[in-house]
Amino acid sequence: MERLSRNEIIFKIIAYFIGGAFAIMALYPLVYAFSASISGKVAYETGKVVLLPKNINFQVYARIYNDKGFWISYINTLFYTVFGTVWSMFVSITGAYALTKKRMLFRNQVNLLIVFTMWFTAGMIPLYLNYVNMGVNNRWGIIFSFGVQAYNVILLRNYFSGIPKEINEAAIVDGANEYQLLYKIYMPMSKAAIATVTLFYATSRWNGYFWSRLLLREPTQQPLQVYMRILVENYQWMIDDWGDFLPFAADSYIYAILVCSIIPVLVIYPYIQRYFAKGVNMGGVKG
Amino acid sequence: MKMKRSNKLFNGLKTIKHDWRLYTLIIPIVLWYLMWQYKPMAGLLIAFKNYQPNLGVMGSNWVGFSNFQSLISGVYSAQFWRAFRNTFLISIYGMIFGFPIPIILAIFFSEMSNKVYRNVTQTFTYLPHFLSEVTITGLVLTLLYKGEVNTGVIANFLYSIKLIPEGAKIIQDASFFRPLYIITGIWKEAGYSSIVYFAAIMGISPVLYEALKVSGGNKLQEIRYVTFPGMAPTLIIMIILRVGRMLSVGYERIILLYNENTYVTADVIQSFVYRVGLEAGNQAIGSAAGMFNALIGFALVMGANFISRQVSETSLW
Repeated sequence: MERLSRNEIIFKIIAYFIGGAFAIMALYPLVYAFSASISGKVAYETGKVVLLPKNINFQVYARIYNDKGFWISYINTLFYTVFGTVWSMFVSITGAYALTKKRMLFRNQVNLLIVFTMWFTAGMIPLYLNYVNMGVNNRWGIIFSFGVQAYNVILLRNYFSGIPKEINEAAIVDGANEYQLLYKIYMPMSKAAIATVTLFYATSRWNGYFWSRLLLREPTQQPLQVYMRILVENYQWMIDDWGDFLPFAADSYIYAILVCSIIPVLVIYPYIQRYFAKGVNMGGVKG
Repeated sequence: MKMKRSNKLFNGLKTIKHDWRLYTLIIPIVLWYLMWQYKPMAGLLIAFKNYQPNLGVMGSNWVGFSNFQSLISGVYSAQFWRAFRNTFLISIYGMIFGFPIPIILAIFFSEMSNKVYRNVTQTFTYLPHFLSEVTITGLVLTLLYKGEVNTGVIANFLYSIKLIPEGAKIIQDASFFRPLYIITGIWKEAGYSSIVYFAAIMGISPVLYEALKVSGGNKLQEIRYVTFPGMAPTLIIMIILRVGRMLSVGYERIILLYNENTYVTADVIQSFVYRVGLEAGNQAIGSAAGMFNALIGFALVMGANFISRQVSETSLW
């Protein structure tokens, strides 16, 4: 071990302490939400729940379990996330791959077409009118009309560009065509980048709220985020109307729903988090 | 001349025919962008029209700049300029308070020689980034709620340390909106934003640190003379991005967090566009405001990039 000077030790202590404090603050609301969701009504309403649950019971979760609307929205979100991500990845990977080929005609123009949207977009109203005009008011509409992000395409493109030309040429000599080249060489060689971009697309699908709320007409098609938001909006009404009759605090219900929306993220998170730290950097921000 | 051109076209077609697989790969993304990003740009025309949904974008009458006029000096001007001001203020406060924190965090992370501790803290601080705006605003609204029976735990905490007068309704109070918005933003993004800086610091050659140490530099000098110069390119790019996005304050969070009582400090251009254009159904005014926003935003990106290229080697393109 190298010897540390006094001011280095002090600095390290500060770093450990503040970094740790930040991590705790990041986590606290989530831990609290879970505790509050399983705490007893009286304990919660008298302000006894601060970190750990008091008078643990799972009535709220039993209620959610029996809530048909919740499950419908949950399954809808799964549907949007799975198919939406597949679609986004298909368009992004094929496009990013083609853009790495210098011989392709109009390559620069297509590049500009994509990058330009990072700096200028039509804006909310024209986008909305276009969606309505094109009949985007159902499940498949939401899947196909959303989900390509210039940043992700560039990230993939840059990663693909880093694959050595020699491998490319060797495969062509062996008689591989562009499809095979992409599918059998580029994609397997870019697992980290693909995992990262998949993660980005999947989270943005899982978290998508605004446009689903605006465009989807049928309540049975709404995703979890919309369902949750409507609950939060009805919060005051909920307390006033049936706060006294509930066996649990109205807040517990809200927290429980929020927890349910976070769980899948928490479950997948440990597996993916080693990818994205790399992924964020490998694409670079340059257009 | 004419021959040459048709020859070129012929050659182009020939390469496309020969290379058709490659071109099929580029088609989906081009079509997607044309249909969902560029076609709507034609819809921007309604900013110059008296848009009537039943007549459509093309059928509605031209009105020149009158929509812009009613934003800048007409019936909508009070709301519009308020939104404009709020957009700038929220961005600037967000920059002053939000921008340094990820950098400081990254420096702290790089100081942690215990890898396990570092990984754990990093993992936790990144996490909120992956939560949805609905989840986060849902948490904020409940944690800060003040009601007859239920009071959010953070509201209680703020009352007890006397940071906020006992019983004040934080969510309903315009004076708390901006800090609320910015702190929420820091909570969500600071950890995740530190990744790029952390990578930049990790990329600095240890030799530089050794050299400074040998010549007797202390920790702060180390940060000043090695760490900061080492991450300068990243820093500059992040600043350009930040300035370029100055006018695109995350409207989703604003819309989910504000209410009639807090419009005064909370309403930004995008939320104004949403309210006027979609909720109240005045699409033309909404489009005009949105376009105004987008054009200034575009100018800001270009300007920031230009200045950066003049003063340093780093630029976005």
